[in-house]
Amino acid sequence: MPYIPHTEEEVRQMLDTIGVQSIEDLFDEIPASLRHKKLEGVPTQATEMEVTRLMHERAAKDGTPLCFMGAGAYDHHIPAAVWQITTRGEFYTAYTPYQAEASQGTLQLLYEYQTMMANLNGLDVSNASLYDGASALAEAILMAVRANRKSKSKRILMPSNVHPNYRKTAEAIVSNQGITFEVIEYDQASGCIDPASLPAEPGDFAALIIPQPNFFGGVEDVNVLTDWAHEHKGLVIGVVNPIALAVLSPPGDWGTSGADIACGEGQPLGIPMSSGGPFYGFMCCKQAYVRQMPGRIIGRTVDLEGKPGYTLTLQAREQHIRRSKATSNICTNQGLMITASTIHMALMGAEGLERVALVCHDNTRKLAEKLSAIAGVDMVFNSAYFHEVVIRLSAPLVEVMNALYAQNLLPGFALQDDYPELENCLLVCATEMRTDSDIDTYVERLQSIMENMK
Amino acid sequence: MSEIPGELKYSKSHEWVQINDDGTVLVGITEHAQDLLGDMVYVEVPEVDHEVEVEEACAVVESVKAASDIYSPVSGIVTESNEALTDSPELVNSDPFGEGWIMRIKLADRADLDALMDAAAYAEHIESEDH
Repeated sequence: MPYIPHTEEEVRQMLDTIGVQSIEDLFDEIPASLRHKKLEGVPTQATEMEVTRLMHERAAKDGTPLCFMGAGAYDHHIPAAVWQITTRGEFYTAYTPYQAEASQGTLQLLYEYQTMMANLNGLDVSNASLYDGASALAEAILMAVRANRKSKSKRILMPSNVHPNYRKTAEAIVSNQGITFEVIEYDQASGCIDPASLPAEPGDFAALIIPQPNFFGGVEDVNVLTDWAHEHKGLVIGVVNPIALAVLSPPGDWGTSGADIACGEGQPLGIPMSSGGPFYGFMCCKQAYVRQMPGRIIGRTVDLEGKPGYTLTLQAREQHIRRSKATSNICTNQGLMITASTIHMALMGAEGLERVALVCHDNTRKLAEKLSAIAGVDMVFNSAYFHEVVIRLSAPLVEVMNALYAQNLLPGFALQDDYPELENCLLVCATEMRTDSDIDTYVERLQSIMENMK
Repeated sequence: MSEIPGELKYSKSHEWVQINDDGTVLVGITEHAQDLLGDMVYVEVPEVDHEVEVEEACAVVESVKAASDIYSPVSGIVTESNEALTDSPELVNSDPFGEGWIMRIKLADRADLDALMDAAAYAEHIESEDH
């Protein structure tokens, strides 16, 4: 069955009418050097049977290992109802509809999502989501530079314990806009930002980024850091884990006046890991900065008869009105992922999310205690943590990890490529999905591998 | 035909400039400009002490139809912003040459004023843009 609506004859007629030889001719004003020749490795065609087989093979590569890895994507339980409801015909679209107001149900769902996110972050407003956590941070940086009218420097203070991929993504997206980064090194003992190490005279900066928890799972002294940044006229961008917010104080409550912008990765709220995506990014801010926010925002209003209705609001920020001066080139959101997340949050409730967060922490504490009891395994940092910790092995890390992979166990994330000072160090995580017996399995296997390596 | 007060100077981007004896100028948008933009819903005024250059986008007016930058007609330092516009952006519509003023700038160089149009030239400018 052909999925292309025009027959060859119809295409020919259209080309003849406008007086060109081929469809390719329509693109001849694009210089050859800018044209992409061919997509390497993508066949020109494949049958449904071939595609299905290929997809099954690729999906099987994920396997079902026992997962103690986090580092930005987390193995959480997703109630069966979440995707059962999400994939109903009424919800099942990847896209925010054009003529958005015709889709009141979709807009109401996005409005509910924004309400939940704003509550979780303790901030006034949320947008309707962004692509993922890393690009949400890049957008938050661009937003902070626009919003901080006291700063002229476009300088961003970026702690080294922000997720390395987020830092790379943010730099790739914003550095062409004259924005510069100044790295704040984490404290070697705690893995956290030591407020005492912050300069007394930092100079003009647009924003300080605060990860909570940081990439090593550590809980930052957010109140002191927030007040320090505000004292020096910088804005505060919190990069937060949404599950952690169920138990840690939300960005809106940090310090005397709260973080100005919060962003992060929404995957832990009902999105499967599925080879790394699609995920979604969330972003919230104080009311004062809402006109600098990127992305779509849904508002609740009343129609001529006084009945409640939902509408896209503050659209003057967006590309179709503001053109090149728009707050962002983001003009969509991760519709389907948000649908799942909203249903997930509605099913879990505030209490459910809090229980998940507490069990994650409790399991990670058990894991950390048992792993560090093994000879040759030590905890690296002494800070309070949420659901990830860093351990150091006295054995060559890659060999140990390979041995565990061979036993269908994902032991964690190796830190030494991104942090050379953390040689043989592993970032480990135990979510609510890990049972006591899972944890014991990891401990026993690691212990036996370490003993054999002596 | 919209009102074009004779005592003011004008820029091509439809800002008006009132020259004061104390070396400051008052800046707003013309009646013609507010008419094109429609009902104002939000005005972002510049920070006091902000240093502006000629043709720098330093304020934003947002109407039900569009958001537009306001360009500084002169270079200098912003000494005052019309904070009343935060709560009452509609003043730009109802009284563009009076209560709807946007900012006061301390002139860095009086020569900037020479590049501006008088009322007659601005009337012609509007006329030429309409065609």
